[in-house]
Amino acid sequence: MIRITELTKRFGPLHVLRGLDLEIAAGRVTAIVGPNGAGKTTLMKTILGLTRSDGGRILVDGERVSDDPAYRSHIGYMPQIARFPENLSAAELIAMLRDLRGADTAIDDDLIARFRLDDQLRKPLRVLSGGTRQKVNAVLAFLFQPDLLVLDEPTAGLDPVSSGILKAKIAEARDAGRTVIVTSHVLSELDALADDIVFLVDGQLRYTGSVHDLKVATRQLSLERAVAHVMVEGAVA
Amino acid sequence: MNTTAKIVRYEVRDVLRSRSLIAYALFFFGLTDVLLRFGGGGARAALSLMNVVLLLIPLVAIVFGTIYLYNAREFTELLLAQPVHRRQLFAGQYLGLALPLCAAFVVGLASALALHSGEDANHLATLVVVAACGIVLTLIFTAFAALVVARVDDKVKGIGIAIGLWLAGTVLYDGLVMLGLMAFADYPLERPALAAMLANPIDLARVLILMRLDVSALMGYTGAVFEKFFGSAGGTALASLALVLWTGVPLLLGARRFQRKDF
Repeated sequence: MIRITELTKRFGPLHVLRGLDLEIAAGRVTAIVGPNGAGKTTLMKTILGLTRSDGGRILVDGERVSDDPAYRSHIGYMPQIARFPENLSAAELIAMLRDLRGADTAIDDDLIARFRLDDQLRKPLRVLSGGTRQKVNAVLAFLFQPDLLVLDEPTAGLDPVSSGILKAKIAEARDAGRTVIVTSHVLSELDALADDIVFLVDGQLRYTGSVHDLKVATRQLSLERAVAHVMVEGAVA
Repeated sequence: MNTTAKIVRYEVRDVLRSRSLIAYALFFFGLTDVLLRFGGGGARAALSLMNVVLLLIPLVAIVFGTIYLYNAREFTELLLAQPVHRRQLFAGQYLGLALPLCAAFVVGLASALALHSGEDANHLATLVVVAACGIVLTLIFTAFAALVVARVDDKVKGIGIAIGLWLAGTVLYDGLVMLGLMAFADYPLERPALAAMLANPIDLARVLILMRLDVSALMGYTGAVFEKFFGSAGGTALASLALVLWTGVPLLLGARRFQRKDF
């Protein structure tokens, strides 16, 4: 699905990504984890073309990430911060994105019903609570049934019930053969969700492989303990 | 409909509903009405209106513009993750801001004029020139807002630079020109003065309005030179070209930065 070779990115003196080689498999949930400043968000934004890499390349489904935005019509993105034009309503936002993507694309808005957002859709986004805006954010990411979902801290700010709804939706997307990339600071949350893990430290790959293999190799029962083990020991075994 | 127009359509809706924009339209309605009622004749009303337009419109366009675009940063990211070209988004965001700002000013002014339909045609024509200058200044200073936001990542610094640009264009520039004119008062300064006017969009707008008001006689020989220059086809073309450049150059620079920027 995604093949990354020799990816580097600097922000001034900060070397955020240092020659990353990585493959993200199709039809699986891949969790990107790592300490703050490890380059998780930068990696996601580079895949989306929001951030330009200094070197290396990214292939999404064989298409090189470039200035041609066409490849993004297969991607759904959920940014970390849900902030939208204050005076538009969620319904107008959905209409806007549908306009931009072309009206003939198939729509999946079943999260609206699951989150019970119906009576919030017509209100201006400025009066919605942070959690409700995050739900709208999730609706927009899943709206066009994208082949690739890029979710940056998707459950941040959601109550436990809504968080469960979103995780169920992610699992369904995976079962339907879609590829999901997700970051989260709450590793216990990723435990049940993630199939594969990409562990970044200082812009370099510390571990990549399936969650199951990582747990076996480190002899830990939870993902949290397994990742902690790798961080402390510096290596998997 | 193309992508830019789609972005403009929704952004215009968002901006038109903002309270500050409605207040802006009401302000120009009230001001024009009061000036026409108590300002002592159409010409003097136009002159007072001109002074407010030349100060306030650049300030509102650049400050409202930078604040709006900084607040839209996360949404800009979301839109860039859609199949949209960066230059389409940049153009859409610029027009989505500039058009409602122009509309608020023109609607405020025109609805007040409609209340005073008895004004004579000559004064109306002057007010139309004032309105045109207001529109052009909105386009120019919104372009500067887009440039500042594209180049400066820090919001507080960006707003500071925006206010600095406004101060430079209104107060500082005139002060320096005056200083220069006084220092070289013994020399013929008509042409340098003309060049100085062309090099600042606010001054250029002021001269264009004053030429309509028959007060150029007050400016002595310089006034006569200006009258001759702006009365000629070449002079009008040069003035128009200067205004187009003042809009186009910041927009092009902003678009170039936007194209390469990391979000």
